[in-house]
Amino acid sequence: MNRSKISTQEMLQTGQSSNRLKIVKAKEKAAKCLFLVFACMSIFLTALICIFLFKNGIPAIMKIGVDEFLLGTKWKPGNNIYGIFPMILGSIYVTLGAMIVGIPTGILTALYLSYFCPQRAYKVVRPAIDLLAGIPSVVYGFFGLVVIVPIVANLTASIGGKGKSIFTASLLLGIMILPTIIGVAHSALNAVPKSYYEGSLALGATHERSVFSVMLPAAKSGIFAGVILGAGRAIGETMAVIMVAGNQPRMPAGIFKGIRTMTANIVTEMGYATDLHREALIATGVVLFIFILIINLSFSYFKRKSEREG
Amino acid sequence: MIVEAYKQENKKNTNPFADQRFTSRILSILVRAAAFFTVFILVFIILYILVRGVPHLKWSLFAWEYNTENVSLMPALINTITITLISLLISIPMGVCSAIYLAEYAKKGSRLVKLVRLTTETLSGIPSIIYGLFGFLLFVSQLKMGYSIIGGACTLSIMVLPTIMRTTEEALMSVPDQFREGSFGLGAGKLRTIFSIVLPSAIPGITSGVILAIGRIVGETAALIYTAGTVAGIPETVMESGRTLAIHMYVLSNEGLYTNEAYATAVVLLVIVTFINALSAYIAKRFGGKCE
Repeated sequence: MNRSKISTQEMLQTGQSSNRLKIVKAKEKAAKCLFLVFACMSIFLTALICIFLFKNGIPAIMKIGVDEFLLGTKWKPGNNIYGIFPMILGSIYVTLGAMIVGIPTGILTALYLSYFCPQRAYKVVRPAIDLLAGIPSVVYGFFGLVVIVPIVANLTASIGGKGKSIFTASLLLGIMILPTIIGVAHSALNAVPKSYYEGSLALGATHERSVFSVMLPAAKSGIFAGVILGAGRAIGETMAVIMVAGNQPRMPAGIFKGIRTMTANIVTEMGYATDLHREALIATGVVLFIFILIINLSFSYFKRKSEREG
Repeated sequence: MIVEAYKQENKKNTNPFADQRFTSRILSILVRAAAFFTVFILVFIILYILVRGVPHLKWSLFAWEYNTENVSLMPALINTITITLISLLISIPMGVCSAIYLAEYAKKGSRLVKLVRLTTETLSGIPSIIYGLFGFLLFVSQLKMGYSIIGGACTLSIMVLPTIMRTTEEALMSVPDQFREGSFGLGAGKLRTIFSIVLPSAIPGITSGVILAIGRIVGETAALIYTAGTVAGIPETVMESGRTLAIHMYVLSNEGLYTNEAYATAVVLLVIVTFINALSAYIAKRFGGKCE
């Protein structure tokens, strides 16, 4: 803003006619306002999404009853019974499963990239992770369907497993969130000052011990942010989960049994749902949205925290 | 004293570091195994899809007409391009203009900027199914567009907005202040400086962000099923429904009748997305450091 003042003053000095100056000034001002309007777009859109989801979803929750809807264990749209507790549990189980697969692998790979990786290997591993991030979720789902599901079905046939299960979905989601966790954790690790590492070595710790006992704890806020972001991806993932989780709207019966998540519930039934059924599906979206908002806010919190610490 | 204690300790254990060495060894192996696993999974997925899919890539898959005899992916490919173009047409001006405000006009740390940052972060964390639901409620139902290309494109343009905003803002920030000062010094106004000096220098960064957004649009499924719909042909106008490549693939694998064609479609999808992402990375790397 200072700059524009200086430039207008300069224009005055060079003796531009005041009329032209007025036009220029008006133009500048108009442009600034226009840019401001666009900048507010993301605020507006976020508000719009909230309003539309809540406006269309809350009435259904009220009609069904908050308890019935959130804690009801039966989902039978044909009989007007709408309880999404099985789907909430399904989403949580699958996400936790994905965390169990994704967190150790992701953090260890990030450590490899930051501290163990020769230059030449870095040039292979880093692009590989970017590639992994770019694969569309429907391709992941298809891969899970034709590769992981049959393998799991074979292995668990003796205990009545059908392949499409919490286990399969967790495994696939764990792979899908790897790039997210690795990316955030890698940059958090790189932000830790090198002097920490050198200090630890000077005290007689080995390379590995320095990395695990000094660098890893120093980057923990950033890594935690990556883990939360990964959890958000996992709980919001739709297509891949539909294809491998079995899609049965019932209470979880074991990790080798099928399940339905909130996301899958929406996509599976939205096509033919009407009236209260449709509203109940939108309300499922509202519950999912609230989960996501909580996850997002805690991600922002930990990201800011790690920036402050760095 | 300390030396005595150390010697005493040493008698018990001939090598005080043995324990640490052992742990270190295991940790080192674990780290390498995890990295290997990550790369292995990627290679496995890509090779598996290629090996099973490439033999089924026939010219008939690229025929203009879709029918149950020949589930051609050409219409889906054309729909994908249409949706991508329309989405970008909406989201690029929006994203670039708001990034210009954030980078060039806004005071750092002002309340508005913080709010914009927070909402942009929120938008980028919202899963695509929520966008799909929102698009269904707003564009398809409220604005009565029905399942249509335009409805899908509007939904996706909101979805990729944060990506374009962030990359553009970063690109604008990396333009050195001397450029702006030089321009002001020559008597140009703020607006002129932005459009003739700052934006052109930031083009590579913006382009790489836009390409990233294209990659997301091409791979998107959940946000499109209930906005663009799943009709298999090429629609005559943008007000009609049409499926993109990713949806085409989902429907094929869901029906279970055309598994071979689904493999082939996966190959096409994988090749396109990989190429797009590599291009984005290349542009960012090749031109990214230039203006510093």
